[in-house]
Amino acid sequence: MRIRDTRGDRAYYVVNYSVLIVFTLMVLYPIIYVISASFSSAKAIADNNVYLWPVGPTLDAYKTIVQSPNLLIGFANSAVYTVGGALLGTALTVLAGYASSRDDLPFRRVITFFFLIPTLVSAGIVPTYIVVRELGLLNTRWAVILPGAMSVFNVIITRTFYQMNIPGEMLEAAKVDGADDFRFFFRIALPLSKPIIAVNLLFYGITQWNGWFNAFLYTSDQSLMPLQLVLRELLSQSAVNPAMIGGADVAEILKRQELFDKLKYAMIVVAMIPPLVAYPFVQKHFVKGALIGSLK
Amino acid sequence: MTSTAVKIDESDGSNSGRSNSDHLKPAFKPGQRPSRRLGLRMRRSWQLYVLLLPPLIFSIIFLYWPMYGLILAFKSYNITLGITGSPWAGFTYISQFFHSYLFWPVIKNTLVLNVYALLALFPLPIVLALLMNSLRNQRFKKAVQLITYAPYFISTVVLVGIILMLFSPTTGVINQPISAIFGHPVDFLSAGAFRHTYVWSGAWQTLGYSSIIFLAALAGVDPELHEAARVDGASILRRIWHIDLPGILPVTVTLLILNMGQLLNSGFEKVLLLQNPNNLAVSQVLDTYSYQIAFQSQIPQYSYATAIGLFKSVISLVLILLANWLARRVAKQSLF
Repeated sequence: MRIRDTRGDRAYYVVNYSVLIVFTLMVLYPIIYVISASFSSAKAIADNNVYLWPVGPTLDAYKTIVQSPNLLIGFANSAVYTVGGALLGTALTVLAGYASSRDDLPFRRVITFFFLIPTLVSAGIVPTYIVVRELGLLNTRWAVILPGAMSVFNVIITRTFYQMNIPGEMLEAAKVDGADDFRFFFRIALPLSKPIIAVNLLFYGITQWNGWFNAFLYTSDQSLMPLQLVLRELLSQSAVNPAMIGGADVAEILKRQELFDKLKYAMIVVAMIPPLVAYPFVQKHFVKGALIGSLK
Repeated sequence: MTSTAVKIDESDGSNSGRSNSDHLKPAFKPGQRPSRRLGLRMRRSWQLYVLLLPPLIFSIIFLYWPMYGLILAFKSYNITLGITGSPWAGFTYISQFFHSYLFWPVIKNTLVLNVYALLALFPLPIVLALLMNSLRNQRFKKAVQLITYAPYFISTVVLVGIILMLFSPTTGVINQPISAIFGHPVDFLSAGAFRHTYVWSGAWQTLGYSSIIFLAALAGVDPELHEAARVDGASILRRIWHIDLPGILPVTVTLLILNMGQLLNSGFEKVLLLQNPNNLAVSQVLDTYSYQIAFQSQIPQYSYATAIGLFKSVISLVLILLANWLARRVAKQSLF
């Protein structure tokens, strides 16, 4: 039997829907505006005629990006860092997560605690910088990927996955059949952990794609800059700097200052879209991540 | 430190041990002598240690070596001599920081920014979760979740880029109506507005994502309680107040306490990106000050910068341990 809503309850739902719709629109508006502005004509932006949808739609901001060697290098670098960081981070995380999930591992608690300590005591930027320098990694791609390659929070999520999904009976049965730990890990545990591997790849990939600070701190070479750092440099300029964009034609085009703002919008879109496309795939693992993330 | 280490260690082990004990029998019978047993077990598990080797080596080089580098706070760092070879300097740099005229302003900025962020951003995800939880239209709920989670995955540079472009006093779209109404644009990165811009852009980015944990807790509230209360004629607001809120209280208390353990950890990258000469008086926090001393001064003062970082790390550690202890006491739960 359905109980009819009272007048007060109906009022509550009206307020509830209104608040959620307004909040959702507030979240959505800046994203839509940036995308619209990047497709609008330079004149419409300069005259402040763009409010929601593109005005005088054109692709020339994106054409400028495609024609600009330095912006393309940024894109290529980000792709390299994203793929490299995702693979390396996932490999380290799965190894640490699997081994520390085995409760027949001697010193398991000590090892788990060894991974946890760095989340309690942060060394900070300067000592990490000095270590990277003493390793001779300054101005290399390794300096962008390696520091922060493995996240302890992902290790804990992965460990929990193995504890819940690889039952001990399976290990015992494999041992009876003569499988050693290597064989069990590579032939049985790994094929069963595709979901957690996918989640790790996406998490690390998004983190690397979004990262700029490692490249900013450890490299000074323009040829090593990821997209986010190129975008940061672009945003910090109020006037066109042809050297930054590179390429003779592009410099010519950009002398028209008004195209510059548009280019910033287009670069924001290019830097923003990949994580937004990727994140719905990790959504169902959010709860665990949020739980553990709150420890950070 | 050691006693805490043991505690954390134990609670961690007992949790996971419980979950696994039913299907993994101990490899050896309790009668055997512990030391021989352990040695044998370690030799039998050598392949697991090989698997652990890469992540252990990574942690030693990129997490523990920098931690060891914190002793630079007590040394005069010399590039050619390295961390170990540099001469000791005692408490020179620590006391230099304590006596610096920027000590109190920087501490104050750090605390004000974080306390403001905590007070503003802690209750709102709870409200959001309660609103979403009472929705009966599941598709609408899914859509709201999908959209409001999204900004969390946008990079800090993009977030700051959006702020710089949309809120620009000269060309920003947000400043058009503001100029029309008040007659002048607002500089959202001025000293007066910096904290609001920092906190509320954080709200835009994290509110949806932060509500997830409360939604998960609300999913655990027994629907029969709601049914029974409804039959008795309780309005939705009363049911939220008397059923939902008590249901998520433990999670709320735990998260609040744990968040208080993070009071010195402002979003370093975002503050750095939003910083400009006009707002430096309110935007210089511990992290950015240490960064500036090390990398933006005429002569890099690595030791002094490390001393500031060490100060922050020590206070943070104390706050985290205190928060965890409190969470255990008050809410009977802790995350480690």
